[in-house]
Amino acid sequence: MSWLNNFLFVALPYVAVVIFCVGAVYRYRASGFQYSSLSSQFLEGRGSYLFSMLFHWGILILFIGHLVTFLFPAMTLAWHSDPVRLIIDEIVALALGLGVLIGLAGLLVRRISHPRLWVVTSRMDLMIELLLLAQIVLGLWTALGYRWGYYWFAADLSPYLWSVVKLNPQIEAVSAMPVVIQAHVVGAFIILGMIPFTRLVHFLVAPFHYLWRRQQLVMWYWDRKRVRDPGAGWTETRPGNN
Amino acid sequence: MDIRSQVSMVFHLDKCLGCHTCSVACKNIWTDRKGAEYMWWNNVETKPGTGYPTKWEDQGIYKGGWEKVGGAISLKGAGKQKGLLNIFHNPNMPVIDDYYEPYTYQYLDLIESPAGDDQPTARPVSLITGKPIDIKMGPNWDDDLGGSPDFARNDPNLKDLSPAEQEAMFQLERMAFFYLPRICNHCLNPACVASCPSGAIYKRGEDGVVLINQNVCRAWRMCVTACPYKKTFYNWHAGKSEKCILCYPRIESGQAPACMHSCVGRIRYLGVVLYDADRIHETASVAEQDLIDHHMSMLMDPFDPAVIAAAKANGIADSTLHAAQSSPVYKFVKEWGLALPLHAEFRTLPMLFYVPPLLPVMAAVKEVSHREQEGKLSSVAKTWDDSWLYDTSTEELWGAIDQARFPLKYLANMLSAGDEARIKDPLKKLMAIRIYRRWKTVGDISQQKALDALGDAGYTPEMADAIYYLTSLAKFDDRFVIPAAHREHAIEMLEYTGDNRGNAGFGFKAGTMQRGM
Ligand code: SF4
Ligand code: SF4
Repeated sequence: MSWLNNFLFVALPYVAVVIFCVGAVYRYRASGFQYSSLSSQFLEGRGSYLFSMLFHWGILILFIGHLVTFLFPAMTLAWHSDPVRLIIDEIVALALGLGVLIGLAGLLVRRISHPRLWVVTSRMDLMIELLLLAQIVLGLWTALGYRWGYYWFAADLSPYLWSVVKLNPQIEAVSAMPVVIQAHVVGAFIILGMIPFTRLVHFLVAPFHYLWRRQQLVMWYWDRKRVRDPGAGWTETRPGNN
Repeated sequence: MDIRSQVSMVFHLDKCLGCHTCSVACKNIWTDRKGAEYMWWNNVETKPGTGYPTKWEDQGIYKGGWEKVGGAISLKGAGKQKGLLNIFHNPNMPVIDDYYEPYTYQYLDLIESPAGDDQPTARPVSLITGKPIDIKMGPNWDDDLGGSPDFARNDPNLKDLSPAEQEAMFQLERMAFFYLPRICNHCLNPACVASCPSGAIYKRGEDGVVLINQNVCRAWRMCVTACPYKKTFYNWHAGKSEKCILCYPRIESGQAPACMHSCVGRIRYLGVVLYDADRIHETASVAEQDLIDHHMSMLMDPFDPAVIAAAKANGIADSTLHAAQSSPVYKFVKEWGLALPLHAEFRTLPMLFYVPPLLPVMAAVKEVSHREQEGKLSSVAKTWDDSWLYDTSTEELWGAIDQARFPLKYLANMLSAGDEARIKDPLKKLMAIRIYRRWKTVGDISQQKALDALGDAGYTPEMADAIYYLTSLAKFDDRFVIPAAHREHAIEMLEYTGDNRGNAGFGFKAGTMQRGM
């Protein structure tokens, strides 16, 4: 079995990360036009409100939770040494997971039941949606079947992930984990590697810069303060925003 | 003073025939594509009517434009907080059914059906799903007050009219309507630009055209909500938003935009207007009744030496300044005070101005006595049995405007933020020109009366002649005064528009437009 574990927990993460980085950059440069959320609300209407909100907010917060536990295991352990906090966070995570499940399932049903949406649904859309659904089910299974994930994630999985980051993979701990958790980990890497080739790329171009940009945007083809200055060379009046 | 130039427009509503040539010209050039079938960057709607998309003027539904909160303004349905919180699902966005589901007919069935007892029919099929559909609505479903009471009577501009006034408007004998052609207004304070989380929408500094960068748009769809005129559209196939581009490739090469070039009624005028960009924010934030006056005062006199100097310091070319000095738009809007912005209360400072329609307003259906009526008509004329008269007489100089068969309030709701006095002013001026021309051409009005009318409207005979010329006789080059693009300064102006060897299609260097992933 060690070759399989080596493949899943050593080779796969690196392959996934490389495909993700190279793929995302390549696709952005080659066909940036295709980076879009491809919203289908326009064709369907208000029906997606609840499901879309549940899914997006849920997965966003859960993702951040996973990221924080991975990046700052000591902090997570310290914070959860208080059982009240642990129980609250455990319940919150479970609720969010259920929300994501309901949201995702609702979105899938919506997509299948509206003929108009079929024309904007590709095979890849269905594939990634099913993968996400499987991943969420595995996550919920983990949460219910192997309680107190804040502890064992921080204690066992985070060091493994860090060892991958440090190019010195230590897979003993993860190899010994229950199959459900292993599947969840492997699923994460597969989805990561697929992101550049799916509609999920839209999260890479999330518009946070909107928060601190000026509201109105005006673009100039030339430097208007210099363009009529006889002393300015034409190369100088080329503006930066082209 | 931060002087900028804007390619601005005037539409003369009295002249619009409602022929839709403009819409078709635009569609053929720009929106005859998958995902864009339902889009009419230029559309002509019958007023009263609910328009396109249905009830677009009702911001209680669509939450478009800006609203005044205290002393400042903020976007009504989008913006930094509302926009980002609603990014996963935009509750204020119109959906395809608010426009109409595009369709075609299976024409081939007419030819290829096997012989049978019945005539073959061409069934309508959806251009989205390709499946047969029952057509519920189409473009201009309510053209010429057609359709059903669902349309005209739901016009949002009727909101302040009393039930009696509304009823009067729709009595068959009094029924009147006019056409309202609409394109993107290329606003000075564009809500679409401010609402775009990606920063894909921008206003071009040189000529003020508002564009969406298709490579940066990520389909967050906030612009569709934010534009109160509903002139940004979501392409459901490409997953990108699109809007009127004022045919900028044509403008840059000295041609009029397609809708304007093809306009059969010659109602459209295009020219440069210089404005003071320092005052945009302040102007957009004033009280509702002051909006139009402030907007007008931002448009600067292109002959004023101070304005010219400031414009030159801002890099505006001499050719553009000359264009501004002979701009038909400046004449209609500022010199003659004949044109008003549509729905100024949305606070986007639109730069498309409308000369209000005089015709349906001026004539009134009056109840008159039989004797009076007979006295007016010649002996061979038909006399009616009832006592109603469609009266276009101008015995009283301004009386007819107030007794119009179109309540002034209705026009005011559209063109002067509800202010009846403000809409009366251009109507009075139009009427004065009409009386003056009547004296000149028909001669049944005394010269004194004609000159009195002009004097009341603040016009000299020379101005009246100029207005008459530009309204009725103007040639192509009078109606469209297009500034040179000065590509010697900016070869990049057309960099992305498919003019490089190896480029394919409009706006893309890679292949044809492909829906993403
Ligand atoms: S009319 Fe709408 S789309 Fe056009 S500039 Fe104004 S806000 Fe933007
Ligand atoms: S082409 Fe001109 S006259 Fe005809 S509908 Fe359009 S704006 Fe009106």
